[in-house]
Amino acid sequence: MFGNMSHFALQQYWWIIVSLLASFLVFLLFVQGGQTLVYRLGKTETERSLIINVLGRKWEFTFTTLVTFGGAFFASFPLFYSTSFGGAYWVWMLILFAFVIQAVSYEYRRKPNNFLGHRTYETFLLVNGAVGTILLGTAVSTFFTGSLFSVNEYNFSRWETPFHGLEAAVNVQNLSLGLAVFFLSRVLAVLYFFRNVDHAEVIARARKQLLFDAIPFVVFFLVFTVMLLLKEGFAVDPVTGVVSMEPHKYFHNLIQMPVVLILFLAGVLMVLLGIIRPVLHFIKCHDKGIWAAGIGTVLTVFSLFLVAGFNNTAYYPSTYDLQSSLTIRNSSSSHYTLTAMSYVSLLVPFVLAYIVYTWRAINKKKIDASELESESHKY
Amino acid sequence: MDASLVDWSRAQFALTAIYHWLFVPLTLGLSFIIAFMETLYVRTGNEEWKRITKFWMTLFGVNFAIGVATGIILEFEFGTNWSNYSWFVGDIFGAPLAVEGIMAFFLESTFIAVMFFGWNKVSQKFHLASTWLVAVGASLSALWILVANAWMQYPVGMRFNPETARNEMVNFWVVLFSPVAINKFLHTVTSGYVLASVFVVGVSAWFLLRNRHQLLAKRSIIIASVFGLIMSFFLILTGDGSARLLARHQPVKFAAMENLYEGTTHAPLAAVGILSGTRNEHRQREFLLKIEIPSLLSLMAFHDAKAYVPGIKDLIHGNPERSIISVEEKMAKGRLAVTALKNFKEAKEEGNLSRADSARVIFEENFAYFGYGHLTDVHQAIPPISPTFYSFRIMVVLGMWFVLLFLLSLYFVLRRKQPKWRWLLYAAVLSIPLAYLASEMGWLVAEFGRQPWVIQDLMPTSVAVSSLTAGSVKLTFSLFAITFTLLLIADIKIMTRQIKLGPKDGGTL
Repeated sequence: MFGNMSHFALQQYWWIIVSLLASFLVFLLFVQGGQTLVYRLGKTETERSLIINVLGRKWEFTFTTLVTFGGAFFASFPLFYSTSFGGAYWVWMLILFAFVIQAVSYEYRRKPNNFLGHRTYETFLLVNGAVGTILLGTAVSTFFTGSLFSVNEYNFSRWETPFHGLEAAVNVQNLSLGLAVFFLSRVLAVLYFFRNVDHAEVIARARKQLLFDAIPFVVFFLVFTVMLLLKEGFAVDPVTGVVSMEPHKYFHNLIQMPVVLILFLAGVLMVLLGIIRPVLHFIKCHDKGIWAAGIGTVLTVFSLFLVAGFNNTAYYPSTYDLQSSLTIRNSSSSHYTLTAMSYVSLLVPFVLAYIVYTWRAINKKKIDASELESESHKY
Repeated sequence: MDASLVDWSRAQFALTAIYHWLFVPLTLGLSFIIAFMETLYVRTGNEEWKRITKFWMTLFGVNFAIGVATGIILEFEFGTNWSNYSWFVGDIFGAPLAVEGIMAFFLESTFIAVMFFGWNKVSQKFHLASTWLVAVGASLSALWILVANAWMQYPVGMRFNPETARNEMVNFWVVLFSPVAINKFLHTVTSGYVLASVFVVGVSAWFLLRNRHQLLAKRSIIIASVFGLIMSFFLILTGDGSARLLARHQPVKFAAMENLYEGTTHAPLAAVGILSGTRNEHRQREFLLKIEIPSLLSLMAFHDAKAYVPGIKDLIHGNPERSIISVEEKMAKGRLAVTALKNFKEAKEEGNLSRADSARVIFEENFAYFGYGHLTDVHQAIPPISPTFYSFRIMVVLGMWFVLLFLLSLYFVLRRKQPKWRWLLYAAVLSIPLAYLASEMGWLVAEFGRQPWVIQDLMPTSVAVSSLTAGSVKLTFSLFAITFTLLLIADIKIMTRQIKLGPKDGGTL
């Protein structure tokens, strides 16, 4: 089946898989967003515990998706893995540290004799929520703005600035996407709480909070999108592989790939609907917002990744040396490896099926304070 | 490449891997022990089994969290600190990592939520199935990363493509089912099962010493001892397999493990040995003390007491009688391969196809020694002897002790010998840190022993490293050292408190 596909078709297939993983990851960042709202929405110890326990049942999905995203990127586009991780060292290290401290915090927070005290673990969750989302967004934005690296004839790469990735944070467009992801994760968290928390005060505060996060999200996302559509992009000649600058490249990509344009518009619309309907019709719609905004997030991120990598575009451009830029053709694994992994990818629907099944089993009813009382394992 | 950068990068990887490995084996083994216990609960309906299951599950949860925390770094560290390596082997190495994520990590993380939060939400059988799936998922996670590690020790199923300057996979099944991969997987996971069994026996022994939770402790000892004994059998079997594979595929590591300098037939095994602190000009270390078992090394390596086992001298300086070529010759061939690859690239750039073809021929003839082309001194091909030698012995001796511990504990519980045998209970408690020591020693043998290679014969560690400053890596090393140490202290404090609280007090807060 996959063995007969061309190398380019397999590269596209794997770009789609990586893009899907990225989109699910951004949706699942609602856990991180929620972590930054613990003190904002929870005024008593019980309320904070309730919020943390609601998030704590899902944190591993986000974490696992991040790890799988990294693994899949390594396997399918190893030149990206070696160039970006080894080069933008500090950005990735900061992201990793943010996730290291998250992984223990849920389990250790309320355990007796936990050495650092529950406030420290709650601070870890806050740091993970803020740093993780902002830096992931910033790192992804460099797919459109470029980085300073070179790749030699042996495909060994070198970062050409001593800042090793920190320079990405001083670019307005990168920062806009970072902040957009941050505020989006908080919006998604609020919508998730509407659906899964049964606590009047927490929900009342979450309701007030929604627009405080939704408005900055829309502003930063707009800044990023407008800059994206107006800027010149990194075009690749499909025959020679030569990379050159093309005005309005990303705008052209959307026009030249109408399906992607539709996905993008539908995604943005659904996110906005997911926010606006609970604002206008809270009683009727508050627990449905996460569906619309969640699906919308997945569609939007997915379409942005396709804009970055499809239609003869360099998805990881080098502004230091244009010809070092990475494309899905020049950075991928071999035909054989992509074929072998494509067979493994057939497991993905099965994996999704059991995730959905168990997710529903655990989320059957909203969590309230009494459930927390009776639960033997809690965070 | 800056030696300091290479050393700090190695130190960082070693630090993070050693920390990670403090938590993984317990996860691997305890998940199965919990699954056995819950199975007994479901089959008998005895609430005590549920209580026992939940107690060990609490400890599992504490350990699992820090295992996850220390694990994420390793996956990304291949890229952040070993960038050149990531490209050189990404076509092979990346695939197991991706499969690990898709197949194993999701299995583990999805069903762990059911395991912890599903007691009152899903049926008893579904809960039990989830607990088993967590156990299977944990071992499956280990499978893929160990396949990748085995490939570094014994690279097979690939071809070097000079166009892309990397190794490319040509047969997935050969990579997955390479004898080194299978043996490494079985040896490593069974070592985890044994460690977890020692842990459970040790904690239970502590309860017995305190006269607390006697039923829980005795039942736990029976399950863990039986599991530990069965797994020790496989551990020894696969350990024996490792020795033979090493002798064949990594003879220098094998010789370093034994500090065998001169090759010989009827090679003896140094059952006990103390090495001198200084090395001679050939980096040889003399034995200050040695108790040997005649011919055992030959027997271990080749299942033949008369077999010839090459020593470090033969492997470094060559032994024409035994058709062993010297490192000097290998370095010459390696340099030919490195130059041929350079010529190939230049010829391609110029569009000179005939020059490119002849360069490719030279390259392919000498590729087996490609990594030697980067060495500057023959002695660089010798791994550090002392840590390899001692780690191996500590691991084996402790492994034997654990077998005895399981046998005695089982006997003790079944024959109700408690009052007279308190020494055994103390020994069981003290064995917990020893199990961790043995487990880490196993990795030290494997990883010190393969130096200077990151990929056996093809890529030395010094070439694999990312182009960073040593200062950056020093800083991240320090941050990891501080963070992981703080988290380890927290982990130990929480664990010991949970053990002290015991199951009756609810296990958790």
